Amino acid sequence: MTTASKGSGPVLDVRDLTIALPSGGDRKEAVSGVSFSVARGEILCLVGESGSGKSVIAQAVMGLLPDTLPVTQGQMLLEGEDVAKVSTERLRQLRATRMSMVFQEPMTALNPVMRCGEQIDEVLREHTGLAPEARRRKILDIVREVALPDPERLIMAYPHQLSGGQRQRIMIAMALVLEPALLIADEPTTALDVTTQAQILELIKNLQARHGMGVLFITHDFGVVAEIARRVAVLRLGRLVETGDKDAVLKRPRHDYTIMLMASVPDLKPHGRPLAADQPIVLETRKLEKTYADRGWFTARRVVHAAADVSLEVRRGQTLGIVGESGSGKSTVARCIVRLIDPSGGEVFIHGEEIARRSRRALRPLRRRVQIVFQDPYRSLNPRRTVGEAIIEGPVNYGLSRTEAFERARRLMDLVRMDAAALERYPHQFSGGQRQRICIARALAMEPDLLIADEAVSALDVSVQAQVLELLEEIRERLNLAMLFITHDLRVAAQVCDHVAVMSQGRVVEYGPANEVFVAPKHAYTKALFAAAPGRDFAFGRA
Amino acid sequence: MAATDIKRYEELSVEAADIRPHESTWQRVRKSGSVRLGGAVIALLVLIAAAAPWLGTVDPTMFDAGSRDLVPGKTGEMMTDDGDMVTHTFWFGSDSLGRDIYSRVIYGTRVSLFVGLVTAVVSLVIGILFGLVAGYMRWLDGVIMRVMDGIMAIPAILIAIALVAMWRASLTTVIIAIAIPEIPRVTRLVRSLVLTIREEPYVEAAISLGSSTPKIMFSHILPNTVAPLVVQGTFICASAILIESILSFLGVGLPPEIPTWGNIMAEGRIQFVEYPHNVFIPGIFLTITVLAVNILGDGLRDTLDPKMAKRL
Repeated sequence: MTTASKGSGPVLDVRDLTIALPSGGDRKEAVSGVSFSVARGEILCLVGESGSGKSVIAQAVMGLLPDTLPVTQGQMLLEGEDVAKVSTERLRQLRATRMSMVFQEPMTALNPVMRCGEQIDEVLREHTGLAPEARRRKILDIVREVALPDPERLIMAYPHQLSGGQRQRIMIAMALVLEPALLIADEPTTALDVTTQAQILELIKNLQARHGMGVLFITHDFGVVAEIARRVAVLRLGRLVETGDKDAVLKRPRHDYTIMLMASVPDLKPHGRPLAADQPIVLETRKLEKTYADRGWFTARRVVHAAADVSLEVRRGQTLGIVGESGSGKSTVARCIVRLIDPSGGEVFIHGEEIARRSRRALRPLRRRVQIVFQDPYRSLNPRRTVGEAIIEGPVNYGLSRTEAFERARRLMDLVRMDAAALERYPHQFSGGQRQRICIARALAMEPDLLIADEAVSALDVSVQAQVLELLEEIRERLNLAMLFITHDLRVAAQVCDHVAVMSQGRVVEYGPANEVFVAPKHAYTKALFAAAPGRDFAFGRA
Repeated sequence: MAATDIKRYEELSVEAADIRPHESTWQRVRKSGSVRLGGAVIALLVLIAAAAPWLGTVDPTMFDAGSRDLVPGKTGEMMTDDGDMVTHTFWFGSDSLGRDIYSRVIYGTRVSLFVGLVTAVVSLVIGILFGLVAGYMRWLDGVIMRVMDGIMAIPAILIAIALVAMWRASLTTVIIAIAIPEIPRVTRLVRSLVLTIREEPYVEAAISLGSSTPKIMFSHILPNTVAPLVVQGTFICASAILIESILSFLGVGLPPEIPTWGNIMAEGRIQFVEYPHNVFIPGIFLTITVLAVNILGDGLRDTLDPKMAKRL
């Protein structure tokens, strides 16, 4: 290492990096000829959709790549020293001292059987010769710096005793305790709720400004990019398509792919579609309630209200959005309406017929009226059955002949813009977006009155998400369907919903037309939620 | 978004629109080296078992006092049932009653493979039924699993000995005796698989599509348990072959005149010092068979169930 390069040049300079994929993959290289640099005191966002190779680059810099993904070409200069060439021993020294990494999932990144303080201490013991007292002071300092309350008590806690946001703060404390020159953050807020995410982003920005380190921030979320980046590098299928200042890339994109991505980011402003008030009510819930009780033999009865006092209605041809953070009870409400779980109290009416208290047998004729599309496209289809079998299953259950059902399936494939040949194939042959279209077709095959989308676009990349949203919108309009759209993503909600119900801790805290809720939220929680939405004032793709 | 825009976006989108090739499970399985090796050895053993009468064997129960305790390769005379004297080369020697060990070992292959296969099938079928019911119909779970716990608490070999003693030794009783201790293990595996699979969104989708409970159990849940069960089946098969030999060796298995590897070894045990081949030769066959079944099982596990491959 030359001392000269330490002071002035970029913290990280990646030049012409190429990483091979094992043979038999869908492309030859995970990363092809990628060059970028991270200067001292700047945050560079590496953005891309799934499979773009962004995490592979992060792992390559940290020397964490498995042997199956060899670096075949290029340099990765950390303060002038090529980390692709250094010995394992030197790499170990560099980690934590000169570069460190924060991962997506703080629960699995921390050792569950070690106290948080010990985990930070491990870094210090490994890399410094400090005495126990000095180490303890340093640990308390860094825990205080990441804005954790009551550091003395907190360092004695085990990871499971902390919230997701607190765990991520511990991860950040561990990463920064030795003041590295480079911090790599690989989707550090993806597993967190939006309000927690806003706090963590703020923390990373503050720490970066105070310590002047370079940050390589990896994300797929353009809201987050707008919040945190100074410069942006866009990856597509392992190639860098565009690099530049945040405003240049996000507002005046030049490459077709970036232009498309920017156009796909949903707007946070409600769509403002006029509402017809005279449509019949399809779904109505009255004081819907779901409680879970621990029936321990020796412990006191503990009751959890997953949903309480939920009263909603959806009219034909309209979409009601339920938004909220994880644990708010929004999925519980959906599952009660589909009767995948039995509500503990209250009523659910579909076209005026009560379904919450019916027995399973009495419910069966009504099941087809409510259909649901789930979040995870990879688990929503039985891997052992063909797409065609999946789509005709419902209609055949209700007495349609297989021939007629297949005829309907073919029409539906057309509706969801897929080839009818797909009916013969197995789910694993399709991408996530295609599978989600198949799930929509399966739900529509029942000719339901109400379609529930439970986070149906949350697992999809932004460009695919835009296509599926577009499709759902078109179907709602064409079939005059009532839709219940459950999402944690306020941007998505703004695009599809006519009415919005905001849920928190099992209760609906605000409920009204989307135009009103989004423009002038009344409840304190709604206000906080909207304020936390990343990049809320940022105009993507517009100068 | 206008329609032309959507078309262009779909082209630009990272998610490739073309459909991935479908590689069938069989194609994947065939590529595995362990499956090929284990499968080839088992195929050879099956061939030996099927062709036993034509492999230069004599009736494995036939004995001749004049040809007792011959070392391998010796030629002696034997009297057939019809009273004819034939000259016979005892490739693996003869036992203390003058029976041809070669013939007994070759015919013994039939017993071992049959016991292994049938035990595996019987315990899988019964275990799958109990496991499906326990995993999907939760109110029966407690009862079924406590009974299974009870069976598991008794050593397998003890149950087998007790059952055979109760019913008189025959092929059927031996198979039942070996299968019963395996059932709880299969039930537990199936139950745990069902408990995870029943939470999968595709099962919930089937519920909301109005599918009946038997349909969900047999066409959504059961097919997704096949891979780990096939693997489990091979391990049951291997252990059944071993247990049958152990029972025979202990003298509580099949009657001594039936040529099983365990019986041959039991008979040879007394003269082990003078004629070690009486024990070693059937022992080698037993080892090779069990090893081949286990190698096949490992190969199947790696190809059918990559997730389990990492766990075990």
